[in-house]
Amino acid sequence: MGRITLDKVTKSFGATEVIPPLDLTIEDGEFTVFVGPSGCGKSTLLRLIAGLEDVSSGQIRIDSKDATMVPPAKRGLAMVFQSYALYPHMSVRKNIAFPMKMAGIDEAEQNRRIEAAAKALNLTDYLERKPGQLSGGQRQRVAIGRAIVREPAAFLFDEPLSNLDAALRVGMRLEISELHERLKTTMIYVTHDQVEAMTMADKIVVLRAGHIEQVGSPLELYHTPRNLFVAGFIGSPKMNFIEGPEADKYNAHTIGIRPEHITIGTGDGPWSGVVNVSEHLGSDTFFHIHNTGLAETITVRADGEVGFRHGDRVTLTPRSDVIHRFDAQGQRIAA
Amino acid sequence: MARSVTPQRKAFNTAAAWAVGLLIFFPILWTILTSFKTEAQAINDPPLFFFFDWTLENYAVVQERSDYMRFLWNSIAIAGGSTLLGILVAIPAAWSMAFVPSNRTKDILLWMLSTKMLPAVGVLYPIYLIFIRLGILDTRSGLIVVLMLCNLPIIVWMLYTYFKEIPGEILEAARMDGATLKEEILYVLTPMAIPGIASTLLLNVILAWNEAFWTLNLTAAKAAPLTAFIASYSSPEGLFYAKLSAASTMAIAPILILGWFSQKQLVRGLTFGAVK
Amino acid sequence: MATQHSRSAARLMMAPAVVLLLGWMLVPLTMTLFFSFKKYLPLRGGDLGWVGFDNYIRFIDSSAFWPSVQATLVIVGGVLAITVVLGVALALLLDQPMWGQGVVRILVIAPFFVMPTVSALVWKNMFMDPVNGLFAHLWKFFGAEPISWLSEASMQSIILIVSWQWLPFATLILLTAIQSLDSEQLEAAEMDGASPVARFGYIILPHLGRAITVVVLIQTIFLLSIFAEIFVTTQGSFGTRTLTYLIFQRVLESQNVGLGSAGGVYAIILANIVAAFLMRIVGKNLDA
Repeated sequence: MGRITLDKVTKSFGATEVIPPLDLTIEDGEFTVFVGPSGCGKSTLLRLIAGLEDVSSGQIRIDSKDATMVPPAKRGLAMVFQSYALYPHMSVRKNIAFPMKMAGIDEAEQNRRIEAAAKALNLTDYLERKPGQLSGGQRQRVAIGRAIVREPAAFLFDEPLSNLDAALRVGMRLEISELHERLKTTMIYVTHDQVEAMTMADKIVVLRAGHIEQVGSPLELYHTPRNLFVAGFIGSPKMNFIEGPEADKYNAHTIGIRPEHITIGTGDGPWSGVVNVSEHLGSDTFFHIHNTGLAETITVRADGEVGFRHGDRVTLTPRSDVIHRFDAQGQRIAA
Repeated sequence: MARSVTPQRKAFNTAAAWAVGLLIFFPILWTILTSFKTEAQAINDPPLFFFFDWTLENYAVVQERSDYMRFLWNSIAIAGGSTLLGILVAIPAAWSMAFVPSNRTKDILLWMLSTKMLPAVGVLYPIYLIFIRLGILDTRSGLIVVLMLCNLPIIVWMLYTYFKEIPGEILEAARMDGATLKEEILYVLTPMAIPGIASTLLLNVILAWNEAFWTLNLTAAKAAPLTAFIASYSSPEGLFYAKLSAASTMAIAPILILGWFSQKQLVRGLTFGAVK
Repeated sequence: MATQHSRSAARLMMAPAVVLLLGWMLVPLTMTLFFSFKKYLPLRGGDLGWVGFDNYIRFIDSSAFWPSVQATLVIVGGVLAITVVLGVALALLLDQPMWGQGVVRILVIAPFFVMPTVSALVWKNMFMDPVNGLFAHLWKFFGAEPISWLSEASMQSIILIVSWQWLPFATLILLTAIQSLDSEQLEAAEMDGASPVARFGYIILPHLGRAITVVVLIQTIFLLSIFAEIFVTTQGSFGTRTLTYLIFQRVLESQNVGLGSAGGVYAIILANIVAAFLMRIVGKNLDA
């Protein structure tokens, strides 16, 4: 079981309030991602749940039991750190055994769990090595192994992929998702990368300055962002924002349109501009259009290879059914 | 990026550096050489460099006459004891400062260092008096305590700088893994900090070994370490160069060897991390 | 970055070190202050009552005081000048590519590990002795009259001995600092047309500024209280009686504790002035 409830939780460091009163429930078995720009309080929130920091006020409940004052080891949670935090002087086997040794689990059971975890994580051949002799991806797996063997109520991940190179990151992302499918244990995952959030989460919590901006499934956030911040944060490339007369036409202060919802062409269209930069990825092409009179730059995505070049004059046609409308406070105007 | 230089330039550098190095080392070399001469050869005019009858006689005489082993044992006990005791007190303190810093940590560290700057002579009499009252004048345990207190700021400071380099996440991982504070320090921090603890140990043994204010003023016969052993050669035995040299060589040899091992850590320990 | 629990544990674990050092600092300091206001002669009547600032005035008024301050300053200043200048030169030399760098380093560092009583005795007898010392042989070899170093040139001799002990320290720290200089900076300066002298003046020396300050401050603190070197060589005669040695004589030789304690308070004040500067540098480094 691993249902985690935060009830009016706050955190201040001295006079600065990092987390204003915050309520959140994470259901048992859910893969929840905390996402937001750096300094938004997402790591602090995770550390509060872990018990590595005290809450300033409010209550944290794990499976309906008050865990607010419970020391980290007794909360039944396991954490994978950004730096992996492996014990460099211990072999992989000893690293994985450490939490079980601390819990006083007998040796036979320890070995059974180590073998099982090593097999699941492809670490069997590396059990006697020291962390220093492993690659980044292998270290990451050891850290996960150390978490698995505790059979925790929930896993906490603190930006676990940020120290890996791009290719490895995609692979590990899949592995963690598979792990979740297999274990069905609650996982809380902190990242600043919205792609990780979108691809892995059952539920995304978007944070800014300690505030929850929106909670929802990845597609909810994509289709109905509650405000300008979430709209701009979720989706890549970023949503285009347009103010002024064009927005007035839609009875909004600001309208937002995603790059993939604009068609680029040379014929007639409501908007027009000049291609400034084009980025060819093969599968898609991104155009950055200037001189539209709408915003400084409008980003457009086209499928496959499209051959416009710097200086070409183009017309743009937005799909009117997916235009997001926001009021002067940046809040979504319901359709 | 090492810059490549012409062989001539390198040869010149080498010659100059070796010349200066040997000049600086010469007094030590001369002492060691003289210790193997007879007294007559030691004051021979002109001085003899390598061509004399090498003898170990002086070492035997020095040992016999002044009981070198007793002074040596006192030095080992005092330097080793004070350092070990200091490390035991300092590890928890350094852990606190490195991993649970508060806004007072910096002030406490600086205050600790400032106690090191108090001139010993200013408090000589009070310490003397306390030692007499407690009946620990001329005892090893008395000196162990005083030298421990003398070097405690340096020990705390060095350990602090080494501990700071250990990522806090690893200790947090241990905490999450269910380790108590004691287990965290014993199983995770200490093994990781072994190199740092070792060099702290080494440097402070050297400092305690060479300490020559308290060891001279608070000992007489029983607990006197090698600093006092040598000071007793001040006169008139000092005129017997060969024996003086043998005694000196015996007093500095152990620490010279330790010192060469610890030279890398020396800078850090002695500048309190201000120069890296 | 921690919980209430770990913070209280931290305070508890810091307590032994803090309490010990606090006691080590406060108890003797209070006693010294206490004695400094008393006429206290342990062998001639013991505690003879309060005398106010008498000891402080007498200590300064004594004919030995100003010469001892002068001797202290000359020794500290002389050793600092020698070790810093030679230290920079030596560090520059050792930083050059050469064969056997490691061995040379060891040779240069060695004097630092020699205990002060040994180095003082070796220099005094085997080098500076006017009859059998090596210097005497050298002088005779060149046809000069051997000098009785420790009586005729006592200050220079002490400065030489102490400089020999501290030069390794200065060299080592300055060498470390030079090696931390980004070589690309020097190459950029070379590309910009700076001569070796200009590179030294505009880049290396400013880079060494902080290391030199640290060397000066730390050495000052240690040099202000050198003791063994004087104890085994001149015993404070021939104008080498430093403030430290004067206080030592007042307290232990003439057993005038009150007077010596007043001197001790002066020494503490002097050391604190230097220490304040050092603390500022170290403190700044802590923030970085």
